[in-house]
Amino acid sequence: MAMHSWQRLGAKWLAGLIPLAEAGVHPDDCKVTASLAITDAPLPPLLVLPIRQHIGQACAPIVDAGDTVLRGQKIAKSQGYVSTSIHAPTSGRVVKIEEHAIVHPSGIGMLSIFIEPDGEDRWLEKLPAMADYAQRDPAEIREQIRSCGIAGLGGALFPTFIKLVRDPNHRIETLILNGIECEPWLTCDHRLMVEDAPRIVAGLKILRYLVQAERCVVAIEDNKPDAAAAMREALKQAGCADVEVRLLPTIYPQGSEKQLIETITGRQVPAGKLPLHIGALCENVATTAAIADAVLEGKPLIERVVTLSGDAMPKPANLRVRIGTPVDYLLRQQGLEDLHGVEVMQGGPMMGERLRHLDAPITKGSNGILAMRQQAREPESPCIRCGHCVQVCPVGLMPNELASHCRNDRFEESEAFNLFDCIECGACSYVCPAHIPLVHYFRYGKGQVAAIRRANAFAELSRQRSEAREQRIQREREEKAARRRARSAAKPAPSPVPPKAEQP
Amino acid sequence: MSSPHIHSGSSSVTMMLQVMLALLPATLVAVWLFGWLALLQISTCMAAAIGFEWLLLRVMKRSLAPLFDGSAALTGLFLALVLPAAAPWWVALVGALAAISLGKQLYGGLGYNPFNPALAARVILLVSFPLQMTTWLLPLPIAGGADLTDLTTAATIFFNGIAATGQPFDAVTMATPLGYVKTALHSGIPVPQSLASYHYSALAALVGNEGGSMGETSALALLLGGVYLLRRRVISWHIPLAFLATVAVMAAVSHLLNPDRFASATFHLLAGGLMLCAFFMATDPVTSPVAPRGQLLFGIGCGVLTWVIRNFGSYPEGAMFAVVLMNCVVPLLDRHFRPPVYGHRS
Ligand code: SF4
Ligand code: SF4
Repeated sequence: MAMHSWQRLGAKWLAGLIPLAEAGVHPDDCKVTASLAITDAPLPPLLVLPIRQHIGQACAPIVDAGDTVLRGQKIAKSQGYVSTSIHAPTSGRVVKIEEHAIVHPSGIGMLSIFIEPDGEDRWLEKLPAMADYAQRDPAEIREQIRSCGIAGLGGALFPTFIKLVRDPNHRIETLILNGIECEPWLTCDHRLMVEDAPRIVAGLKILRYLVQAERCVVAIEDNKPDAAAAMREALKQAGCADVEVRLLPTIYPQGSEKQLIETITGRQVPAGKLPLHIGALCENVATTAAIADAVLEGKPLIERVVTLSGDAMPKPANLRVRIGTPVDYLLRQQGLEDLHGVEVMQGGPMMGERLRHLDAPITKGSNGILAMRQQAREPESPCIRCGHCVQVCPVGLMPNELASHCRNDRFEESEAFNLFDCIECGACSYVCPAHIPLVHYFRYGKGQVAAIRRANAFAELSRQRSEAREQRIQREREEKAARRRARSAAKPAPSPVPPKAEQP
Repeated sequence: MSSPHIHSGSSSVTMMLQVMLALLPATLVAVWLFGWLALLQISTCMAAAIGFEWLLLRVMKRSLAPLFDGSAALTGLFLALVLPAAAPWWVALVGALAAISLGKQLYGGLGYNPFNPALAARVILLVSFPLQMTTWLLPLPIAGGADLTDLTTAATIFFNGIAATGQPFDAVTMATPLGYVKTALHSGIPVPQSLASYHYSALAALVGNEGGSMGETSALALLLGGVYLLRRRVISWHIPLAFLATVAVMAAVSHLLNPDRFASATFHLLAGGLMLCAFFMATDPVTSPVAPRGQLLFGIGCGVLTWVIRNFGSYPEGAMFAVVLMNCVVPLLDRHFRPPVYGHRS
């Protein structure tokens, strides 16, 4: 029976009254750059490459000041397992290697390699292309992805190759391409899907070959129908008819990895486990495109799409930017000179990081640079227990309780209230009518607990050491006594006076 | 300060204003029913609540910031709406003082009070001044009552009591449907007959044209306000729906089993302070559970208690007692009915 439009309207209205289980928030999406094609940002006069642009161990520089480098040349080598290399974004000369500002909440710096471009942009001979990857050993392809420096470009920056290890105990059943991009303002993934869908699909096929997933889903928020259409078309062209393109409701944080996995597979990643443990793999679309470049062309990760936007950005744009380009250079390119009363951040407004130093460089994780008019923060008022934070938390936490525990240094309670399950999405702070900076308290609490854990671990280590020492002394004493007994037992007639030598 | 860098724009003050706006229909109905007297009560209660808040904050040497959060004004409005129109001026003052001091500041101010201040004040008033709190003026649209469109008459009642108008007491007052039915039952009159002799009409109960507190009688006006609050996401649906549905189900089933003893679901839904309690009092954020499952249980508990007190208690109306009683178990509900945490389901 067909529903009349007024019936549908009525149903929608009622659903608005009684929203069942709706976690998440609906900030204005402000995607003013959604229809702007990606353009190339010019090469800056100086590139700055921090030696750690991923989660895990920092790289070790393998060039020296004065060296000339070529585009795509490895300049810092990964150290340890959870690490991935860094490459020269263009040809030029290494001018120095020293500490430089990066985007970090504490404002600390990091050892960085400074490259002065020579303007020729000459490629190093690229790594061998693996167009025939389907005939190759997966380990070989993984190694290629690793040495091309691919890390999660959605912002998580986890070295990608690690997620692609085939584990005999955990088969990947579902491969999810994350094209959600639920942060307001950001459109870099959106544009990439619209303009470069075939490249993403090529990456998808490589991923699929690597993990042998049965089900593949491309997840896109329903505010990007053009991206979905482009992906569908590219999938059809590539003969991947069985890959599903799922349009999901626009709600923040729809694109958060664990939440997205639950939406698609209906299963939750158990606490302390990885998506792999429930047979899921989730990759960002930009990362997937970078994988295609690495495997099919041997091209390392030296550039990425960055959305430059915000209400104080004179010329918003989607730019293809070389890694290492200083943020202030980009801002000037987009016509932003006067920074008075302007706040610049990296990432979206919900989870992004405010820049303390504008000369910090674009790194692999920079999906957006937003210039926002500074707004006075409303002062914090007492919690009125409205429960709005509880309703919107995608994890199911009670942010009101949690924040009060963290603020009062009740760390055991805050752990009992699952502090460490908080993904810091900011939905709770966003809605709190009392303007309590909830996420701020969670970060504080996490930092304190981590410090306590470290201190406890140290104390435990010292305790174990001193215990071991005491045990050793005790053991030695006992051994000595045993020896003495053995000796005296061996003597036919024990003398009543203990031998002098036994005296300590 | 760390992320997020944007905010929804909601604030505690806005929420208070939204609740006041949601009470506008009920307030207008109160003015329609009780004319000048309603305006006198409302302005007295609101001014008194704000005044006492100021006084207490000064005396306790606390910051005066809470004066501007709108909560005292809201408490005053709430209080006026739950008073009988004929309540004398000093009842309004005592009520305002009780609400602000015993209901709120005693616990450390907004956010720490276990009961809704206005509701707490009403319970205190009802127990302390049962006569004044259960004398219901005949509303204006019912002919024959005091002429409340006349400011002098209204002021006379407000300051000197009903007797000062010179009109016979019985001519200007009437019982609430709940009270009438209960008294009748005590003298053995079955519900259908007492409703007939009360000239009960569901329509009158819907618009509020019957005996009762000033802002409580119009189920329709309150429903309107409740829907507004739901739409604006000031409150969530869990408490009001659970509350009303529980009362409806219990009333319907008991009515089916014994119509002579138990009134119908419609009667109960439209009667007394149920709508006000379900949409405004039980949903008071400070005094209700924060998590959805706790809210559902809270609503169900309110519903059960309301129905039980109405039918078996000594007071004819049970909704506010139900809410106050359930407020006592909120910490328990909060502790034991947390939302399921992602990834911790076994
Ligand atoms: S949203 Fe803010 S005011 Fe409301 S319960 Fe949470 S912390 Fe308290
Ligand atoms: S508590 Fe953590 S996970 Fe939950 S809404 Fe707040 S920031 Fe997001």
